[in-house]
Formats: sequence, structure tokens, C-alpha cells
Amino acid sequence: MADHKPEIDVATGRSTTGHEWDGIKELNSPLPKWWVYLFYATIVWSIGYWVVYPAWPMIASHTRGVIGYSSRMDVAADLDALRARRTQRGAALATAPLADIQRDTNLLTLALAQGKAAFGDNCAPCHGLSATGSRGYPNLRDDAWLWGGKLEDIHQTIRHGIRNADDQSRQGPMPPFGGAAGMLKPAEIVQVANFVRTLSGQAPRAGIDVAKGKELFAANCTACHGDEGRGNRDLGAPNLTGQVWLYGSDEKTIIETITNGRGGVMPGWAGRLDETTVKALAIYVHALGGGQ
Amino acid sequence: MTPASAQKSLTFTEIGSALAFAATALLCIVVAAGSVDSGYTFHVTLGAIASIAAVIAIFNRYMARPASIPQEIDGKPNYNMEPVKFAVVAAVFWGIAGFTVGLVIASQLAWPVLNLDLPWTNFGRLRPLHTSAVIFAFGGNVLLATSFYVVQKTSRARLAGVIAPWFVILGYNFFILIAGTGYLLGITQGKEYAEPEWYADLFLTIVWVTYLLVFLATLWKRKEPHIFVANWFYLAFIVTIAVLHLGNNAAIPVSIYSPKSYIVWSGVQDAMFQWWYGHNAVGFFLTAGFLAIMYYFVPKRAERPIYSYRLSIVHFWALIFLYIWAGPHHLHYTALPDWAQTLGMTFSIMLWMPSWGGMINGLMTLSGAWDKLRTDPVLRLMVVSLAFYGMSTFEGPLMSIKAVNSLSHYTDWTIGHVHSGALGWVAYVSFGAIYCLVPWLWKKKELYSLRLVDWHFWVSTIGIVFYISAMWVAGIMQGLMWRAYTALGFLEYSFIETVDAMHPYYVIRALGGALFVVGSLIMAYNLIMTVRQGEAAEAEPMPALVPAE
Amino acid sequence: MSLWNKHAIFEKNSIVLVLGIIVVVAIGGLVEIAPLFYLRSTIERVEGVRPYTPLELAGRAIYVREGCYNCHSQMIRPLRDEVERYGHYSLAAESMYDKPFQWGSKRTGPDLARVGGKYSDEWHVAHLSNPRSIVPQSIMPGYPFLATAEVRPETVAGHLPTNRVGGVPYSADQIAKALEDMRTQVNPESPNVQAFQARYPGATVRNFSGGTSAAAGTVSEMDALVAYLQVLGTMVDFKTYDARANIR
Ligand code: HEC
Ligand code: HEC
Ligand code: HEC
Ligand code: HEM
Ligand code: HEM
Ligand SMILES: [Ca+2]
Ligand SMILES: [Ca+2]
Ligand SMILES: [Cu+2]
Repeated sequence: MADHKPEIDVATGRSTTGHEWDGIKELNSPLPKWWVYLFYATIVWSIGYWVVYPAWPMIASHTRGVIGYSSRMDVAADLDALRARRTQRGAALATAPLADIQRDTNLLTLALAQGKAAFGDNCAPCHGLSATGSRGYPNLRDDAWLWGGKLEDIHQTIRHGIRNADDQSRQGPMPPFGGAAGMLKPAEIVQVANFVRTLSGQAPRAGIDVAKGKELFAANCTACHGDEGRGNRDLGAPNLTGQVWLYGSDEKTIIETITNGRGGVMPGWAGRLDETTVKALAIYVHALGGGQ
Repeated sequence: MTPASAQKSLTFTEIGSALAFAATALLCIVVAAGSVDSGYTFHVTLGAIASIAAVIAIFNRYMARPASIPQEIDGKPNYNMEPVKFAVVAAVFWGIAGFTVGLVIASQLAWPVLNLDLPWTNFGRLRPLHTSAVIFAFGGNVLLATSFYVVQKTSRARLAGVIAPWFVILGYNFFILIAGTGYLLGITQGKEYAEPEWYADLFLTIVWVTYLLVFLATLWKRKEPHIFVANWFYLAFIVTIAVLHLGNNAAIPVSIYSPKSYIVWSGVQDAMFQWWYGHNAVGFFLTAGFLAIMYYFVPKRAERPIYSYRLSIVHFWALIFLYIWAGPHHLHYTALPDWAQTLGMTFSIMLWMPSWGGMINGLMTLSGAWDKLRTDPVLRLMVVSLAFYGMSTFEGPLMSIKAVNSLSHYTDWTIGHVHSGALGWVAYVSFGAIYCLVPWLWKKKELYSLRLVDWHFWVSTIGIVFYISAMWVAGIMQGLMWRAYTALGFLEYSFIETVDAMHPYYVIRALGGALFVVGSLIMAYNLIMTVRQGEAAEAEPMPALVPAE
Repeated sequence: MSLWNKHAIFEKNSIVLVLGIIVVVAIGGLVEIAPLFYLRSTIERVEGVRPYTPLELAGRAIYVREGCYNCHSQMIRPLRDEVERYGHYSLAAESMYDKPFQWGSKRTGPDLARVGGKYSDEWHVAHLSNPRSIVPQSIMPGYPFLATAEVRPETVAGHLPTNRVGGVPYSADQIAKALEDMRTQVNPESPNVQAFQARYPGATVRNFSGGTSAAAGTVSEMDALVAYLQVLGTMVDFKTYDARANIR
């Protein structure tokens, strides 16, 4: 069964090679012409490409190609071009004071566009795509502000963040009042908590000594939250008399807040985003609806 | 015929293997005692049990076997088809398992609650389970089965070795078991397609070297002067995978009692090693190996001579030479130096025609037999697989162009490309081979039902179309959204908006995957019925393994 | 036909065929890989990249174990939109101690190469425990089990020396103090903080998971993973980095 004589295949008219394995034979057809030419074409094209672009490693370096291409140079040029385009549209964005930007419709449009773009990838993961926030992450569309809703306040908050390692960041958490060494006993915490609920017009739980709660509040909490519980923006202490709650207004959550304290952290963006972007963000956030 | 009086004794291999397995069992027990990780303890315990079972099996087999196994009976080769049968069954099993896990992870991307928040069911652990199950478990068993079948038939020689072929098949499947359960338990090296940890890698090396030896030794026994073209491809696949596996998995274990290891390469060099391996896992496992299948099963099924001997020579050498260079197309625009990216890109382009050489040789083999496509759905599966092969090896060079890759990289376009190759080419040509093999191996006249093959074909073809068209749209959309700028020159979409936009396509993909799974279940039913109820082939003289004493 | 006949050498001798295959497949790999070990331009010269602390390394092992690389890349390409979205393109130097590299090949989730410092620790803990509680559109799996799993001390030994064999410059001191350093990094109250920071300049010490493990002298997997995420992309100071010097 070994080597046979080549024979002519009837269907194609081609000769076989004379080999056969388990009944399988091979035709001795020539290479398809188009196939060979396309193959050559890809080789020629590749050689051309090697001449033009960096390609072959050598002993100390590599061939650089005649146009001196580098992907890193390319992106630097692309970014320069992009920045130039932006500067051309609104060079003042980088230098003008925030308030001026807000007054100039052209600059404002640009700032809002830039702010929106930066918000989606940097802020939305915490504050939500529509900036309405979630538990622990404030809604930026209402006009309740922890640290102030003026342009400058917002700018400062974004630049340096809140309670992070940046020494210009907004500082000071709410301390824990519970625990073994805590300033308040569990029963007292329940009393304060129920009192706090009354500040925003919610009913205290029946049978709780709210008056005692009020005393304790005056002794422990007013330093930060103010005599009437309206909060203090210098300390980031929230207003407790309104409908807006960062963590929640049910008794359980408030007890948790008092017992363990709170101290939401926001990173500062001055190091990560450029100054213009941070400004644009401040204007964008201010314009969301809650700006003061 | 062996004279009944011949003296029976343990061979050197039997004694040696039994001793080696006994030593392995002992080692496993020692390691289990000191292991710091429960998953690892489980694995070495399995290793101990398997080794002991191997020792018992060797002695049982010795008791049952005749003094010597004849190489030929009545002048016909005494083929050893039992390991092939095992691998065929394993391939069908792992195929269904791997497709099902694919369906699960596709569904997780569409409906993330399906991750269940548990360690062993989350996407990150199941995805490597899917890729390994389909490529290495399903694809690997198909390659083992067909290579052992084809090398015997085209050499007219019995498979070399007595224990070795079984060690290859069972050992390989044991490796799969360790790899797969490892991912679920969180044991992984974190290198795509090479996730198994150091001890599994080591064991696979032993299995693979044995595989090469069995294959080569069978070729040495051949009665044909020439080595058949399929066997060139099988050899290239076996040899190169060994080299790639060793290079990419070079690692130092933290200790013999720990499953964890650190790769010796780091950073950019590790990346290059990884994609030298990863791309050539595609080139040699998913391409060269399956082209070997094509070269035997297509002419056999079509009953036509292979179209061009010369084309097979040129495209074989060009393919294996050029493939190796293309790895950097997985690293375009990364921290890999530009010069390497250029090489990756240009060699991928040059790879286009050598890849198509295989398709041409397969398709043109049908000249004079095209009418068979109407009546034979098995042949149709194989022809469509060649079309998909042609399509994905056109798409691949296209995606290797840096400008295109800057868009497609990291997106679902890659996933679409993968699955047009994986489902359309790899799975289809495998199905074709399996549909041929089962009646041959179990000595049946034909398949239980060709109509069911037709159903399988159509259901899964619709599945593939859903899958890859959804991924093309999704991928290109994703790439365009990521780089979209507004008229004012700012990024238009946030990342999470692009995630949201993928949802409908992920649903369509899952639907396509479900159809593909259904198709494979139809195949399994058809095969089971073939084995159980198929009409016996008229005594085609394929002699029994053990002559009655 | 004559030249074609020559091919019979390969077809008739399996060893020649095997040798032919080995030679042919060796070339491309050698030319592309070997120069990466000797060409100096392969890895840029930059300040700041240090080996991972034991805690970060443990976190990285969890990152690998959970297969985060299946969805997240850690490789920002030098393309305009990526640099704008994620920050400066990744340098080879930044992953030079990464075994294995985790550049990834699919971005189902965003690139993480510079996620360090982008969010608060609390955010990461909440996000990892239940991503959709914080990002409603997310399709990332939840990993609530990390908070309760301890990084067991007996699994810590051996990692640093193994990395050192593979070329990561851990000192004998760093290796000896690995377990202590891991515990110190989650406990700002620890007396060892200074010694730790001398061994790992720039490393931060915090109770990363906000859990109770620091006080208990243990470390949770959440601590480790968050510590790893928070160091990603922070080692090189791009304010002082001279990109033009590393055009290659
Ligand atoms: C890691 C999560 C996180 C990210 C990211 C984040 N923030 Fe915040 N942000 C917070 C938290 C937490 C607070 C509230 C802190 C507190 O409790 O006082 C806050 C508060 C603010 C405030 C003050 C609200 C007030 O009521 O005074 C502004 C303004 C703000 N964020 C804007 C932004 C902008 C703009 C970005 C993106 C550049 C951003 N945030 C990114 C977590 C984040
Ligand atoms: C040292 C200043 C300080 C003191 C004293 C203090 N708080 Fe606070 N409180 C804060 C700050 C700051 C926050 C906001 C924390 C944040 O943004 O994460 C806050 C938040 C709260 C909240 C959550 C509000 C919401 O929107 O969910 C409640 C309730 C609260 N405090 C009640 C109290 C009570 C009751 C006391 C006294 C027992 C008290 N606080 C004492 C500073 C203080
Ligand atoms: C199924 C895919 C998937 C897996 C697996 C996955 N993620 Fe994510 N990840 C996402 C998606 C989608 C997002 C974007 C939405 C969001 O923020 O949740 C994301 C976001 C993130 C982010 C925020 C990045 C940013 O800049 O906004 C971090 C950090 C993160 N993932 C870490 C991890 C870690 C650590 C793991 C493994 C333990 C992991 N992910 C596994 C899909 C995944
Ligand atoms: C029912 C059929 C299948 C379904 C539903 C399916 C689904 C999936 C999914 C959802 C992914 C992950 C994609 C992502 O991360 O975005 C994936 C990845 C992958 N699958 Fe499949 N799959 C199927 C069959 C196959 C087959 C038959 C093969 C190979 C023979 C295969 C090979 C792969 C590979 C290699 C990847 C990784 C791709 C990459 O990392 O780029 N799949 N599959
Ligand atoms: C000429 C042939 C081919 C070329 C040049 C080629 C090229 C490519 C390119 C450029 C990518 C994308 C890399 C990235 O951007 O990350 C890719 C990915 C991939 N291709 Fe191909 N391809 C070819 C054929 C095939 C075939 C036949 C298969 C068979 C299944 C296949 C399987 C894959 C897989 C699994 C991936 C995903 C790798 C990953 O995990 O990222 N390719 N290929
Ligand atoms: Ca491995
Ligand atoms: Ca991949
Ligand atoms: Cu590739």
C-alpha cells in the first residue's frame, strides 16, 4: 500500500502524488496564484512598514524607522492639540476667577461641559451619575450643604476633599459617643436620638424621656450642630432640623450615628485633576441646582 | 497469535510506573499533612488517591492481560482504540460542561445577581473555568482522541506503549480536574489560559512529554514511508505547546506546602512571555491541532483527495514560523516597546495567507463532492467550520493593525473574534470529528440520526450568529463610546454609561449561548443513542483487543 | 516537482521533522523576548517604584485569586481618551515587581492602574461588599466574604523570599519582619509604624477596612485588598516625571 504511482483524479483532472494513508490521497495541485501573490504582498508591505516604523531589536538599541515614530510622542502631541483647542475656545477658563466664569456664557458653557465630563468618571461612583448621592454620599442637587454651597466653598471641598490626608482638607469627624469609654450610656443615646428626631418634626417613640434627651443634646451636641440643631458648615456638622439626611433619620440609624460617630471621607482632587478641571467641576456642581 | 503457554511477567514499564505512582502517593500524603491551604490539601489528597488507584490499575491490568499484546492480528494492525474512546466521551462531557459555564458567565454579565456573592460562584473565578473547560478540557480531549486515532490509522500501527497512552489520557483529564476545581477554590496563577498553579503545571509537563513520546514512537512504527500531513500538524502542536508551557509557567512555589507560586518573570517581560504563550496557544492548540483534524476528517468524510500537497507544505511551515511572532498584537499600545508591537503587527498580517492555506486546502478538497453538503450535515459542520476559520483568521490580522486594535482592544469585539474562532471553527470541526468517530469507534454502521445532526447544526448556528453579531456591535460601540468626544472637546461618556449600554447585547449573547448549549445536548443524545441502539457495522475487521485464550 | 521532492526528508524522518519544527518556532520567540531583558529602553528609569509591602502583596494575591484581571485592566495606553479618563499612561517600570503582571485584556470594568487614592477606603469596602449599593448600574460581583476572612499568618511566610529569588529587591530585614509589617500597616497605633515606614518609604498605615481586625492584631482580606487597590498607580510622582526623557 506504500508509494503508489501518481494517478489522475477524475473530478478535477489533477494528478495525485502517489501517497496514500488510510484511503486518503493528495492531489499535486500547484499553489493558487492569487494566494501566492497576496502572500507576497503582505511581505512587501511588512518590509515597507519596518522601514518606516521602529521594528527590529539590535544589540544596544533598535531600528527607529525613518519617520521617528513613538507612541508616546504621538499621544503627547494629541494631548497638546486637544489642550490648544480648548485654550483657543476659552483660555480664560484657566485664569479667570470662578465668579467671572459663571457670568461669561461662553466660558460657562465650556466649564459645564468640562465639569460634566469629569464628574461622570470621578465623582459619579460616589455621588451617582445624576449627583443625587446615596447613603453617606451627599446629594449635590438639593440645597442642603454640609460644607457650604457657595462657589468658593464647593471649589475648596473639591480641591482638597474631606477628612483625608491632605492637610488642607476639611477636617473633624463626629466623635463616637457610645462604647465602653463613651460619653453617653446606651439609654441616654436612645433619648438623644429621639430628641433629634423631634428637631425635624418626627414623632419620638412613646415612653422615651425626650426632655432628658434635649438636655443631653444641649450638653453634648450643640457645640457642633448649633443651639437649634441647624448645623455648622465650618465643622461640616449637618443641619438636623430639615428633611435631608446623609445617613438616615430613622431611630436605628441615628442611634448608630451617635454611638459610633461619623466621618465621611472624600478624596481631594487637586493632585489628580488639573486646576482647570477642578474649577470646571466646582461650577458644574454649583449649577446642578443646589448652588447658593 | 500469542501462544497460550507464553510466560507472563511484569514488564519493566509496569514495575517502574507502579513504583513511580507509589512514590507520588507517598509524596502527596506528606504534602497533605503539611499543607497550609485547604484547597491544596484537597488537591494533594486527590493526587494520593489517584496514584494509589493507578498502582492498583496497573496490577489489575497485568492480571487481565495476555502475556504479550499482538501488534497485528491476521496481518491487520491491532489498533488500540480504548483510550481514544475514553477521550471522546470526556470531550463531549467537558464540552457540555464548558459551554454551560460559558452560558452562566454570559448570564452573570447580563444579570449580575447571578454571581450570588459567594467566592466559588463569582465571575472572576468562573471565567477561567469556562476558558479552560472549553479549550483544554473539551478541545484538548478532542485533540488527544483524534491524534491517537489518526496517528494509528495513517501509520497502520498500534499505538505505542501499554500504560503510556492511558497515562496520557487519564493524566490529562486529572490535570483538568485539578485545574478546574482549583479555580473554584481560588487557586490560580492569574495568567490567562495558564491559570493552573505550579504543581498542576509540573504534572501536565510530565503528561505532555509522555504524549509526545507516545505519538513519536507510534510514528516510528509506521508502515507508511511518508508521515501524513495531519501528523505534521499534530507534532507541531505537541512540541510547541510543550515549549510555550514551560516558558510561560516558569515559577517558584512559595513552599512545597503552599499552592501559591510567583512567576519568575515580571512586568513587561512577563507580559511578553504571556502573550507569546497566549497567542500561540491559539496558533498551535486551537489552530495547528484542529487543522490536523481537518486534514484527516474532511478528506475522509468527503471521500476526496486532499486538494494540494504543495499548499500543505508551504502553509504548514509558513504558519508555524509566522505564528510565533504575532504575540505582541495582544500588547499594542501597552508599555511593551513600540518595536515589538511593530513586529507583532506585521507578522500577523503576513500570517493571513498561511492561515487561509488551511482553509483553501480544506474547502477545495470538496471539489467534485459539493453535492454531499446537502445530504451530509456532518460534512456541512466541517465546511462551515472552515468558513469560520477563514473569517476569524481574516478578522485577526485586521485587529492586529494598531489603528484598529486601539479601538478593539479591551472591548467585546475581541470576545466576538474569540468566539467566531472558538464556536465556529474549533467547536464545529470538533463536532464533525466526533460525529465521524463515534460510529467508527463503537463499530456502528452510522449515526443514530442525521436529522438530529441537522438540528444541532441549525440551532447552534443561530446561536453563533446571535453571539458574535451581538459582540461585534457591543464591542465597536464600546470602543467608540470610550473615545467619543463632544463638540466642545471633552469626553462624552463616563465609563459606567458604557457598561449600561452593553446590557441588551449581553442578553442577546446569553440567548445565543443557550442555543449553543441546546445544540450540544442534542449531539450528546444522538451520540448516546448511536452507541446504544445503532446498527452494528458489518464485520469490518477491527480485531478485538484481547484474543480469547 | 524536484524541489517539492526534497520535502520528503521531513516526511520520512520524524526526528528531522521535530527538529525542523523546533528551529522554526524558536526564532520568533528569541528575537522578540531576549532583547527585552537587555535593551535598556525596555523599562524606563523612574523614581519611586518600590516592592509591595507584605499587606499589599497579600492583597494582590487576593486580586489574583478572585480573578479581577478578567474584568479590569491595569494598563493605561498612550491614547488621548485613556490618558484623560484614567491618568498618565502606564510605564513599564510601574509593573516591574509584578509577578505575574496584571495588565489584563478586557475592560468589563474600568482600568485600575491608577485607582489608588481615587476613592476612600470606606468606598472600596462598601463597593467590594455590594457594588450595586453604591453604583446602581454596576455589573461587578459582590465580595462580602472578604470582610470576614482573615489573612492567616501561616500563609504569609515565604512570599517575600520567593519574590526575591525572582528578582524583587526585598531586604533581609523586610523578609524577617514580614508578618509584623503586615499587622503594623493596618494599625496606626502600633509602635512599629516608624520602622515599617522606614522599610517601605511612602507606604500608608491605616485601618483600611475600618474593621476591628487592627485592634485584634489580625488582618482581614478586605484590609489587604483595599491596601493593594489604594497603592495602585501612586508610586511614581508624575509631577516630577519627565515624559520626554523616556520616549523610546
Ligand atoms: C470616595 C467617594 C467620593 C468621591 C469620589 C467624591 N466625593 Fe464628594 N463627597 C464624598 C463624601 C463622603 C462627602 C461628604 C463628606 C461628609 O460627610 O462631610 C462628599 C461631599 C462633597 C461635597 C460637599 C457637599 C456638601 O454638602 O457640602 C461636594 C461639593 C462634593 N463632594 C463634590 C464632589 C466632586 C465634584 C467630586 C469629583 C471630583 C467628588 N465629590 C468625588 C465622597 C466622594
Ligand atoms: C465634634 C463635632 C460634633 C459633635 C460634638 C456632634 N456631632 Fe453630629 N455630626 C458632626 C459631623 C461633622 C457630622 C457629619 C459627619 C459626616 O458628614 O460624615 C455629624 C452628623 C450627625 C448626624 C447625621 C446626620 C445625617 O444627615 O445623617 C446626626 C444624627 C448627628 N450628627 C447627631 C449628633 C448628636 C445627637 C450629637 C450629640 C450627642 C452630635 N451629633 C454631636 C459633628 C458633631
Ligand atoms: C464582572 C466583572 C467584574 C469583576 C470580576 C470585578 N469587577 Fe470591579 N468593576 C466592574 C465594573 C463593571 C465596574 C464599574 C462599575 C462600578 O464602579 O462598580 C467596576 C469598578 C471597580 C472599581 C472602581 C474603579 C473606578 O475607577 O471607578 C474598583 C476599584 C474595582 N471594580 C475593583 C475590583 C476588584 C478588586 C475586583 C476583584 C476582587 C473586581 N473589581 C472584580 C466589573 C468587575
Ligand atoms: C455556549 C457557548 C459559549 C458561551 C455562552 C460563552 C461565553 C463566554 C463569555 C461570557 C466569556 C467572557 C467574556 C467577557 O469577559 O466579556 C467567554 C470568554 C471566552 N470563551 Fe466562551 N463561551 C462559549 C463557548 C466557548 C467555546 C466553545 C470556546 C473555545 C473553544 C470559548 C472560548 C472562550 C475564550 C478563549 C474566552 C476568553 C476570551 C478573552 O479573554 O478574550 N468559549 N465566553
Ligand atoms: C491569523 C490569525 C489570527 C490573528 C492574527 C489573530 C489576532 C488576534 C488579535 C489582534 C486579538 C486581539 C488582541 C487584543 O486586542 O487583546 C486576538 C484575540 C484572540 N484571538 Fe485571535 N487571531 C487569529 C486567529 C484566531 C483563531 C483562529 C482563534 C481561535 C479560536 C483565535 C482566538 C483568539 C483568542 C482566544 C483571543 C483572545 C485573547 C485574549 O484573551 O485577550 N484567534 N486575536
Ligand atoms: Ca500555570
Ligand atoms: Ca482575555
Ligand atoms: Cu493573538
